[in-house]
Amino acid sequence: MSARTIDETKKSQILAALEDQDTTVVMDDPLENEMVLNMGPQHPATHGVLRLLIRLDGETVTGCVPELGYLHRGYEKIAENSTYHEFIPHTDRLDYLSPLSNNVAFVLAVEKLVGIEVPIRAQYIRVLCCEMARIASHLVAVGSMAMDVGALTVLLWTFREREKVVDIYDVLCGARFTTSYTRIGGLQQDWAPQCTIMLNRFLDEFKNDLAEVEKLLQTNRIFIDRCENVGYLSREDAIALGMTGPILRGSGVPRDLRRDNPYLVYPELDFDVITFAEGDALARFYVRMADMRESAKILRQGLQKMPEGPIQANETKRVLPKKERTYSRMEELIDDFMLINLGIDPPVGEIYQGVESSKGELGFYIVSDGTGNPWRLKIRSPSMVNLSALPLMVKGGMISDIVVVIGSIDPVMGEADK
Amino acid sequence: MNQEIIQRLKAQFPDSIEESDEFRDDLTLRVKTEDIVKVCNFLKNDHELAFDMIVDLCGVDMYRPEGRFEVVYNLYSLKKKKYLRLKILVDEDNPIVDTVSVVWSGANWHERETYDMYGIKFKGHPDLRRMYMPEDFEYFPLRKDFPLMGIPDSLPLPRK
Repeated sequence: MSARTIDETKKSQILAALEDQDTTVVMDDPLENEMVLNMGPQHPATHGVLRLLIRLDGETVTGCVPELGYLHRGYEKIAENSTYHEFIPHTDRLDYLSPLSNNVAFVLAVEKLVGIEVPIRAQYIRVLCCEMARIASHLVAVGSMAMDVGALTVLLWTFREREKVVDIYDVLCGARFTTSYTRIGGLQQDWAPQCTIMLNRFLDEFKNDLAEVEKLLQTNRIFIDRCENVGYLSREDAIALGMTGPILRGSGVPRDLRRDNPYLVYPELDFDVITFAEGDALARFYVRMADMRESAKILRQGLQKMPEGPIQANETKRVLPKKERTYSRMEELIDDFMLINLGIDPPVGEIYQGVESSKGELGFYIVSDGTGNPWRLKIRSPSMVNLSALPLMVKGGMISDIVVVIGSIDPVMGEADK
Repeated sequence: MNQEIIQRLKAQFPDSIEESDEFRDDLTLRVKTEDIVKVCNFLKNDHELAFDMIVDLCGVDMYRPEGRFEVVYNLYSLKKKKYLRLKILVDEDNPIVDTVSVVWSGANWHERETYDMYGIKFKGHPDLRRMYMPEDFEYFPLRKDFPLMGIPDSLPLPRK
């Protein structure tokens, strides 16, 4: 009895009961079959609840459809039904990796609508907040991207650094993640001297620590091979798709709202806009690394240049009074009551204010009907827009590159799903 | 700068620009609904203005009898470093608008989101599915007549 017939009889014995027309797939050419794979929404490499439907030809990706909405909480609807002040805590939950810069972005939009000029000291503190948030967010981005390609050590090292930044948040506003630090027309509390000491100590160590992290990756053959020429996005596509932040600058377009459409005191600070022309995942990684050095530069300058002075605009009917004064003075008590219950009284009109957050352009479009609640509040979230380039980036690549590309986009689903 | 944009557009499309409004240096132009693709194409390809990026696109429910919905286009010019907002009115009975995803491919997801939230349909859109809500959801949650608490039984719940 030949080997072939043994196989045949075995097969007939074992599979006869199982085989029928529903379970048998007949393929003329095994290389011709396509497979549709579902990735997420519970998948460790999709950074949250992103779901991808992937069409595969062998290991090559021929199509990809991202599905969003698994973390949709209806923040725009909530905003229409709450006052401007009440919405500030919700902004913490948008991009939960950099809550402070979301707080700043939202109050900047409301202040533009209402027409409040914030004191210089408060503006400097807000710049420090934005840049600390950028460093913390980029550290997670770099660490998790390295983890996605198998370098677990980097994640531990970057989280160690991030922990120091988060500790500063804790001293600054009493919370590590849900900061809600800004107020319309000012800040919740003043910059503590302790924060200056902590931030200086962090910056002293950060330069070397970041160099160590970079040393692990920059000369790492596996990391470079996994990231180079992966997830390519051309300059033209990046502009047409409306990419912002590290994705756009990784494709060679020098657009940075801090320089191009300045807000706060950024014109008085010296920093470079980082661009890399390659447009692949590695370029985005380099943009983030260099961005962190620029942020550290801005933080140093901010600490030096920050003047003494008030942190709240002196507009009694529009800015929340200090809490201790509401307990002892009649006028402040009335203002506090009116602002909390009825909200601020903005003019009728509509504005858009965008800021350069760590993921890209975070913008708020507010339509006001003159009452305490926004008539419409649209959140222009960078993660959602950046994700729309994913199908283009992964097409034609290998399935294992998808995790690298997602890591290089660095989406936060809290923001993408709103 | 704002005047320059208005003049240039009015020279090209004398009838299409219905209204212009400036508030805190933000320029908003109301465009005739059927001319939006034409105007957008011009704004993108014009060498002077070059509004080559669509930053944002969203709907607004004004909750009024005539022209209930607005679709708002937020454009950005990399050359001029300048934002421009266009706006069109959409009727409640026939909420259909031409898509601008043929002009900027980035408008694709924004238009899907607008459809999802307001039920405004975009004619010629390559893939007009819901963005966030489930595909079989019957309502449009950001319309002003949709209650904050939601509508009972609008999503299938487990039975007892």
